[in-house]
Amino acid sequence: MLKDRTAIVGIGQTAFAKHLPESEKTLACRAVLAALDDAGIAPAEVDAFASYTMEETDEVEVAKAIGAGDVTFFSKVGYGGGGSCATVAHLAAAVATGQASVGVAWRSRKRGSGPRPWKNTAVQLPTPGQWTRPFGLLRPADEIGMLARRYMHEYGATRDHLFNVALACRNRANQNPDAIMYDRPLTREMYMTSRWISEPLCLFDNCLETDGALACVVVSAERARDCPRRPVYVHSAAQGLPAQHHGMVNYWNDDPLTGPAWTAARHLWKQADFGPADVDVAQIYDAFTPLVPLSLEGYGFCGRGEGGAFTEGGALEIGGRLPLNTGGGGLSEAYVHGFNLITEGVKQLRGTSTAQVPDARTCLVTAGEGVPTSAILLRS
Amino acid sequence: MLTPVIDEDGAPFWEYAARGELRIQACAADGCGELRFPPRPCCPHCRSFAGEWRLMSGRGRIWSYVVPHPPLLPDYAAQAPYNAVLVELADAPRIRLAGNVVAAPDAPLDSVDPARLRIGAAVRVAFTETGGVTVPRWILERG
Ligand SMILES: [Zn+2]
Repeated sequence: MLKDRTAIVGIGQTAFAKHLPESEKTLACRAVLAALDDAGIAPAEVDAFASYTMEETDEVEVAKAIGAGDVTFFSKVGYGGGGSCATVAHLAAAVATGQASVGVAWRSRKRGSGPRPWKNTAVQLPTPGQWTRPFGLLRPADEIGMLARRYMHEYGATRDHLFNVALACRNRANQNPDAIMYDRPLTREMYMTSRWISEPLCLFDNCLETDGALACVVVSAERARDCPRRPVYVHSAAQGLPAQHHGMVNYWNDDPLTGPAWTAARHLWKQADFGPADVDVAQIYDAFTPLVPLSLEGYGFCGRGEGGAFTEGGALEIGGRLPLNTGGGGLSEAYVHGFNLITEGVKQLRGTSTAQVPDARTCLVTAGEGVPTSAILLRS
Repeated sequence: MLTPVIDEDGAPFWEYAARGELRIQACAADGCGELRFPPRPCCPHCRSFAGEWRLMSGRGRIWSYVVPHPPLLPDYAAQAPYNAVLVELADAPRIRLAGNVVAAPDAPLDSVDPARLRIGAAVRVAFTETGGVTVPRWILERG
């Protein structure tokens, strides 16, 4: 079992901005070195790396730049934002099984100033792109918008429910000086009158476009006790590729509204000592607001079709049933393919978040829903 | 406009479309015969590699739809806001084809007022050629 045998002992990040002058490689090195400094571990001790696809800097470049030692484990998880939590899972497995002792996971991204991936028509995979892109389903917002409208139709979820998600993230960003949207409050009127991106999704249903990098350090629980920061244990971890799943355009299985979250959740909870009702704070992947109600259902915080209603009454705010994305998330802190959700989970369990949930002991962190995904349960 | 980047598994769909036929891959094993989409080498139900392409009635219902607005690729931005729909086939409701509801087979993607679209609305297939490839379009039954 992986349970509590490893811990995250260091986190690091660069500034977040629409445009940062340095290269992705430089940003990656800065974040990794900051995380190692936070952990009190020398870069020469690093012997494992994990990243996920759409990362431009490979481990060879990072390892030689930071002066890592001999590296004996390295992995790269597929499916972009679906792989964020899996990096921690892979490092935890490697450390727990003796393949390595000090693991570093990172994400560096210049999505704010760089090109939009969907504009690249040269690298589209034939399957399943041939079945969707010619018809103008060009962007992730179009693909998820399709599921969102069906979800709203089937279960009576409303734009107000999606606004609740956007607002909770923005409110937390307004407490976080590092967040892109720190000084920009959101109102219901702003949300309801904003421009459409892909109806039924408007501007505020979409994540930010950010330059930035983050990293974390994973070591064994024994080693973690010697590190300067309070260890945050990897309690449970899972990846999720459901039967007959088709990727972001999951339109062809029996039930497209039951996504990879359900698969990851079953495995996650099976290995855990606690359940959804015991989660103090959640960092749920929010590239698009509808992913949150879907994930709330998938990870068992409410029943099928109840994700919209769950957001009512301030449930996602500090003091609510499930404080959400307490650094501001991808919607309002920074969109760095979900890695800021991992570091925010660590901050909560250290007690150092800018929107601290009192006495938070347990945190769920999830990766991109819709694509093959991953999730981790952290505890202090 | 983007044309389909066709792979070996999907090629027959586009070849039949060029003849004005909507065909979906099916298992050809005795006692199975399950339809499957997107196409793939073998049947996920019985694992047979024997396949055929079964003619569909061309009728279906809108399962969901979006109305994309810019920023979009230039050819699409020129027609935005347009509709993109998922149509569940009457012959196989769990097979849903992405497409566009248009006023006539060769009409642009924005030729139907999005306010006329409803989940559950009945549509029938039509075909048009774009960039040298024949693709399905969808016409509202109660035009
Ligand atoms: Zn079969």
